[in-house]
Amino acid sequence: MLTRRELLATTVVAGAVQGLGLSFAQAQTLDMLKMFVPAAPGGGWDQTARSLEAALRATKAVNGVQITNVPGAGGAVGMPQFLNQWKGQGNALMVAGMVMVGALIANKSPFSLTQVTPIARLTGEFLALCVPAGSAFKSAKDFADALKADPTKVPVAGGSAGGSDHILLGMIAKAVGAQPAKVSYVAFSGGGPATAALLGSQVAAGISGYGEFGEQIKAGKLRVLAISADKRVDGIDAPTLKEQGIDVELFNWRGVFAPPGVNDAQRTAMIAVIEKLAASKEWAETCKRQDWTQITLTGADYGKFITEETARIGGILKELGLA
Amino acid sequence: MNAFDQLLHGFAVALTPVNLMWCLVGTTLGTAIGVLPGLGPALTIALLLPITFKVDPAAAFILFAGIYYGAMYGGSTTSILLNTPGESATIVTALEGNKMARNGRAGAALATSAIGSFVAGTIGTLGITFLAPVVVDWALRFGPADYFALMILAFVTVSAVLGSSATRGLATLFLGIFLGLIGVDLQTGQARFTFGVPELLDGINVIIVAVGLFAVGETLYVASRYRSGVDEIIPLKGSLWMTREEWGRSWKPWLRGTALGFPIGAMPAGGAEIPTFLSYYVEKKLSRKPEEFGHGAIEGVAGPEAANNASAAGVLVPMLTLGLPTSATAAIMLSAFQSYGINPGPLLFESQATLVWGLIASLFIGNVMLLVLNLPMIAIWVKMLRIPAPQLYAGILVFATIGTYGITQSPVDLILLYVIGGLGYLMRRYDFPTAPVIIGMILGPLAEQNFRQAMTISAGDWTVFFTRPISATILVLALLALAGPRLFGLWQTMRLKNQALAGDS
Repeated sequence: MLTRRELLATTVVAGAVQGLGLSFAQAQTLDMLKMFVPAAPGGGWDQTARSLEAALRATKAVNGVQITNVPGAGGAVGMPQFLNQWKGQGNALMVAGMVMVGALIANKSPFSLTQVTPIARLTGEFLALCVPAGSAFKSAKDFADALKADPTKVPVAGGSAGGSDHILLGMIAKAVGAQPAKVSYVAFSGGGPATAALLGSQVAAGISGYGEFGEQIKAGKLRVLAISADKRVDGIDAPTLKEQGIDVELFNWRGVFAPPGVNDAQRTAMIAVIEKLAASKEWAETCKRQDWTQITLTGADYGKFITEETARIGGILKELGLA
Repeated sequence: MNAFDQLLHGFAVALTPVNLMWCLVGTTLGTAIGVLPGLGPALTIALLLPITFKVDPAAAFILFAGIYYGAMYGGSTTSILLNTPGESATIVTALEGNKMARNGRAGAALATSAIGSFVAGTIGTLGITFLAPVVVDWALRFGPADYFALMILAFVTVSAVLGSSATRGLATLFLGIFLGLIGVDLQTGQARFTFGVPELLDGINVIIVAVGLFAVGETLYVASRYRSGVDEIIPLKGSLWMTREEWGRSWKPWLRGTALGFPIGAMPAGGAEIPTFLSYYVEKKLSRKPEEFGHGAIEGVAGPEAANNASAAGVLVPMLTLGLPTSATAAIMLSAFQSYGINPGPLLFESQATLVWGLIASLFIGNVMLLVLNLPMIAIWVKMLRIPAPQLYAGILVFATIGTYGITQSPVDLILLYVIGGLGYLMRRYDFPTAPVIIGMILGPLAEQNFRQAMTISAGDWTVFFTRPISATILVLALLALAGPRLFGLWQTMRLKNQALAGDS
């Protein structure tokens, strides 16, 4: 996987190249952007869509935005609708992310994100491995040793099975030489209930987006053993998994896709709009406020990333016994 | 500053004219969305999130809290009048409330529900003010094994709604458990009983089933019995207001409902429905007129209504003290905190004292507003029952359909509503009770998930349910509730027999 700095570099180069060829497209303002959110209002994808709307309006890149929510099963309900009914619409975007890759595989959906048109990966949230303040685990290595000794004896809390939290646990198990299929993963209906189980010491450890645990860590109720980012993050006093000898890196990324069947001109124009947005001050501020790491990747590179990510997640889900 | 001074300061924040206006808007809007089945407080607040870009945090949270409390008030109105529960926490209210309305006591049912909600909401908010840190410490001790035991206890409450035949009641209970199992399994991510329909992956919404069985099923039943020309208008009997006797029968259920609702609501996996089941069961067992249950017993409205409002207050405890969202509505409210750059967590009470205490004060004010809004409305609401049956039931169908479509704008939900409605008609026609379906549907999946979480944590050790003190205690309570009355009855007959024998000799 590319490091973030390399990603940034590719983005800048790609942006410059496209900027030269398609200056007319960039100058254009989209009249009406239609956004498709395959999740209920209020969740991560919906917030991404609404933040995009605010930033796009602020930078005058679009005149109007219309958001449609089709919630259900990590995007598996909305996906067929976007593929069929939104086909060929050049002014439409779907917000989706890593969770959808896993949900489509685990639900044995006949569809995959490789069927839609990749526009841009925008943000990522790294995950954190946490323990209750009184836990005997002092480092990720302690945790890894216990996992290696007997994975069934280390119950770990997180969100729904097959989601990013479960995938990270599977990757850690695999990296330290424990059998992923044997891990004791306790799925809760969301970050809140999972954190409650962790605070009450009902489980040995918990995995979730860092934001879910951040305030508990600040208050000294939870201890963070490691984060799944590629390098240390400013303002967070936690080592990465890699630093502690566990070669795992995972971002719960979110991005945008155009429907299938859009033509090349529409595709490049949309990429240009989103690239301009991703480089804007307004978007940087939004990401900072929401604790999102900007990991912009566009066009063909993004398409390649989607293919690799689908294979990587499919592989780990298979080893977890879920696919 | 102690809690009392902080609270006074909070009232100073909440009592500004602008914030009072937001509180009024919130409670009115909340009542309205509570009335519509499907449109719940979580969705409404999510749709209003963009408002956080425009108004200051205190105003936004006062608005959201008003919506949250208001929805609980509004949900009971349609349960009582139309047998169409607006929220899943008011399903139990429909059982006795609608029967009361048919007996001409709609006014009393609405009044006991509004006043009970006020009493419970106020006591619950007092609980947030003074007991939050204690309650939350206690609630966090509940692990999956303990929740499983709590679900077992809650299953005992089914016996209160079984009707005349236990076999029929249990059959419908298992139908409910089956409906609850449809969808993606949380522990393995695998789809169950979805038959390749993607809309079923997230399971069937319990509101659709409740509205289908109660409202649509009832409408079809009435239509099948309808002879043209004999319009039966439900008479209003006695005063619109509660009688002295009804007051006497209501106040204890209000307090007991509150005592069940607040702590269970504060538990991370407690929810608002379970306390309403427990309250209904307790009231039936303690009532001096248990034979009235199923025919419009006021205790069966007063207790569950207090329980659901107290649990709404309870849910705010982990949210405000720990920043933990334990319900969909709390999760959305927390994301509103984030859009202000406030990270809700254990330090919220210290770092955002003005905001939090303003919010708590507005809960008190909101409760008073809701009572003032709702009591005079009763006279208008009961007039609805004067509508002749064909128009009234047609209205109910329209209402149920729009509400169901509002949940996810999915046509699949509408098909489900009418299939379940047809089923409800058949159940009514052949005398199967419908309430156990709802109880099974809510409790079944919760019991299953908690059981499996507990077994994963204990690495497959069954004894965990008996070795954990909380779980063991609850299981003993469940056993007593189930077998206690029978053993007592047995003991009494034995004693009588012995006495008779002694008398013979």
